[in-house]
Amino acid sequence: MSPAWDEARAQDILRRHSGRKGALLPILHDIQAEFGCVPAPAIPVIAHTLNLTRAEVHGVVSFYHDFREKPAGRHVLKLCRAEACQSMNGEAFAQQVLERFDLDWGGTTPDGRLTIEPIYCLGLCASSPSAMLDGQPMARLDQDSLDEIAREVG
Amino acid sequence: MTTKIFVPCDAAARAVGADKVAAALVSEAKRLGRAVEIVRTGSRGLFWLEPMIEVQTPAGRIAFGPVKAKDVTDLLTSDFSAGHRLHLGRPEELPFLKRQTRINFARCGIIDPLSLAGYRAHGGGRGIERARSLGAAGTVEEVTKSGLRGRGGAGFPTGIKWKTVADTAADQKYIVCNADEGDSGTFADRMIMEGDPFLLIEGMAIAGFAVGATKGYVYIRSEYPDAIRTMERAVVLAEADGMLGPEAGFDIEIREGAGAYVCGEETSLLESLEGKRGQVRAKPPLPAHKGLFGKPTVINNVLSLVTVPAVLADGAKHYADLGMGRSRGTMPIQLAGNIKHGGLFEAPFGMTLGELVDDIGGGTHSGRPVRAVQVGGPLGAYFPRGLFDTPFDYEAFAARDGLIGHAGVVVFDDTVDMARQARFAMEFCAIESCGKCTPCRIGSTRGMETIDKIIRGERTEANLAIVTDLCQTMKFGSLCALGGFTPYPVLSAIKHFPEDFNRPRLAAAAE
Ligand SMILES: Cc1cc2nc3c(=O)[nH]c(=O)nc-3n(C[C@H](O)[C@H](O)[C@H](O)COP(=O)(O)O)c2cc1C
Ligand code: SF4
Ligand code: FES
Repeated sequence: MSPAWDEARAQDILRRHSGRKGALLPILHDIQAEFGCVPAPAIPVIAHTLNLTRAEVHGVVSFYHDFREKPAGRHVLKLCRAEACQSMNGEAFAQQVLERFDLDWGGTTPDGRLTIEPIYCLGLCASSPSAMLDGQPMARLDQDSLDEIAREVG
Repeated sequence: MTTKIFVPCDAAARAVGADKVAAALVSEAKRLGRAVEIVRTGSRGLFWLEPMIEVQTPAGRIAFGPVKAKDVTDLLTSDFSAGHRLHLGRPEELPFLKRQTRINFARCGIIDPLSLAGYRAHGGGRGIERARSLGAAGTVEEVTKSGLRGRGGAGFPTGIKWKTVADTAADQKYIVCNADEGDSGTFADRMIMEGDPFLLIEGMAIAGFAVGATKGYVYIRSEYPDAIRTMERAVVLAEADGMLGPEAGFDIEIREGAGAYVCGEETSLLESLEGKRGQVRAKPPLPAHKGLFGKPTVINNVLSLVTVPAVLADGAKHYADLGMGRSRGTMPIQLAGNIKHGGLFEAPFGMTLGELVDDIGGGTHSGRPVRAVQVGGPLGAYFPRGLFDTPFDYEAFAARDGLIGHAGVVVFDDTVDMARQARFAMEFCAIESCGKCTPCRIGSTRGMETIDKIIRGERTEANLAIVTDLCQTMKFGSLCALGGFTPYPVLSAIKHFPEDFNRPRLAAAAE
């Protein structure tokens, strides 16, 4: 579980980046690593420190696919939907995974154990179809991989 | 005697179990009382053989693959005998490697990526030495003479870009390495960063020396956590060594992207590095005049930068002698998708698409006929077999309404539905558009809806005309190539595979 919002911790993160030019993305990555998302109360704190408006910070958070406004499930599975994986029936595999966990793209299981998201290329395109589970690469996905994913996420 | 065993730590090898193989080698060797030393390397880029391990023998390295953790006991007890079913022989003798000319990838898969001693023992560091002896202007001159063109997609001459920055006076200049590698079917930047990170550092340091920049950034997409980790460690090691830092007069900072394809576009990338939304800037001003934080900036793809040390070490002529036409040197071609022998194939420009797909790649993985090949990522055209005589060369691809881009080659077999691929091209553009231009932002969604109608068989002719029109509008009304080139995959699919856009007639014919 990601810790609840804690302004002192956010300030620590901001301090670590002080003096760094154009540091908003690294800051947001670190905030998300700490809290599992970029929580709403983080926006004014970041804006104040970087001398930006809240709208500017929010604009950046919403522009990038990576930043979440709510935490994901305990495990995050990113399934590649780009062309090389399509050529190896990645879409059919993805549908099977979604059905197995009864999820739609971007959804989280009711017990909060798994979120499934699309991703567009992991650079594993000669070993398609591919995915990333909690930051670990997986490739040449097949029926066995489906069971392995189910085991990993418990 | 201790046996040295090389196991790749490349993400694509890890994705198919390389870590488990390495762990099994350690534990099984212990149990069997064998002394082994495991060295993690990058990948040689023969991905159908991964995890491919190599064993040091008096006769050189011998490869085995694809190895699973459960094969390890057997390999150890047989003392890696030549009779083992996974025995591949000397890697250099494997046809896929033997037919290559590896300049950028000379060390990848051979050395421990984070050993500076290994880097230097295998020729690393000679480029910057020669640059220093030539001087800044001489270095730019040498890069220009090599004929090197940007490997990120646009093919702009690297030497000319450098000269522009060198000639622009400023109190601060920057080198930015574009490691956003968002194109499906590409992984060469990733492999280099994971397998030979000091090469990129050397290339950037040479660029800094040549144009008078003291600071570099590497912008790596967040989809590449392994590459980010390796590059960060390499920078720390290079600083400790003095290859980077005050003595060297050049620093590098690694920055992580945040999942936006458009941030591979150079001005969008600069916005992102400045901490802003990744919206494309209008040009002029060129980044070479006003780039990062408003300062003169060289922005180059990973492959462009890693070519520079070799150009300097062995001379511009040596590099420029390879290739065809205005495409000089070698290109690390990435064979991907539904292909039997997928991987990294570095060769001088000029091989035909057919040679690459059929001879080198061995046709499809599924064993079915090759029907379409998309070259150059999501903005690249789909080529039918009829165009397989096209040589790999910037101009030859352009002459056939295609592009080589970052040299990704994605193969599809005859089960592909080209109307769906065209639809995906529009969908991808809609998902990734930075939102600045209407044709790109709105046109892509309209295009997707219209192709859906075609797929359903509604007013096919009229809707095809609408899509073609939309493509014209996107081509000429978009600020960058995301909106401007999405028509390539769409129109090439319609042109070369018209039968896939004419379902009702097909259905009628089948009855
Ligand atoms: C939508 C879009 C995405 C791009 N993605 C990349 C990329 O991921 N990597 C890259 O090096 N260049 C990419 N480019 C090309 C860059 O804009 C630019 O041409 C390149 O970084 C220049 O470096 P080079 O001269 O070394 O090729 C992209 C361009 C566009 C329009
Ligand atoms: S073409 Fe699309 S991605 Fe490029 S600047 Fe215009 S809206 Fe942005
Ligand atoms: S397209 Fe799926 S990993 Fe590249």
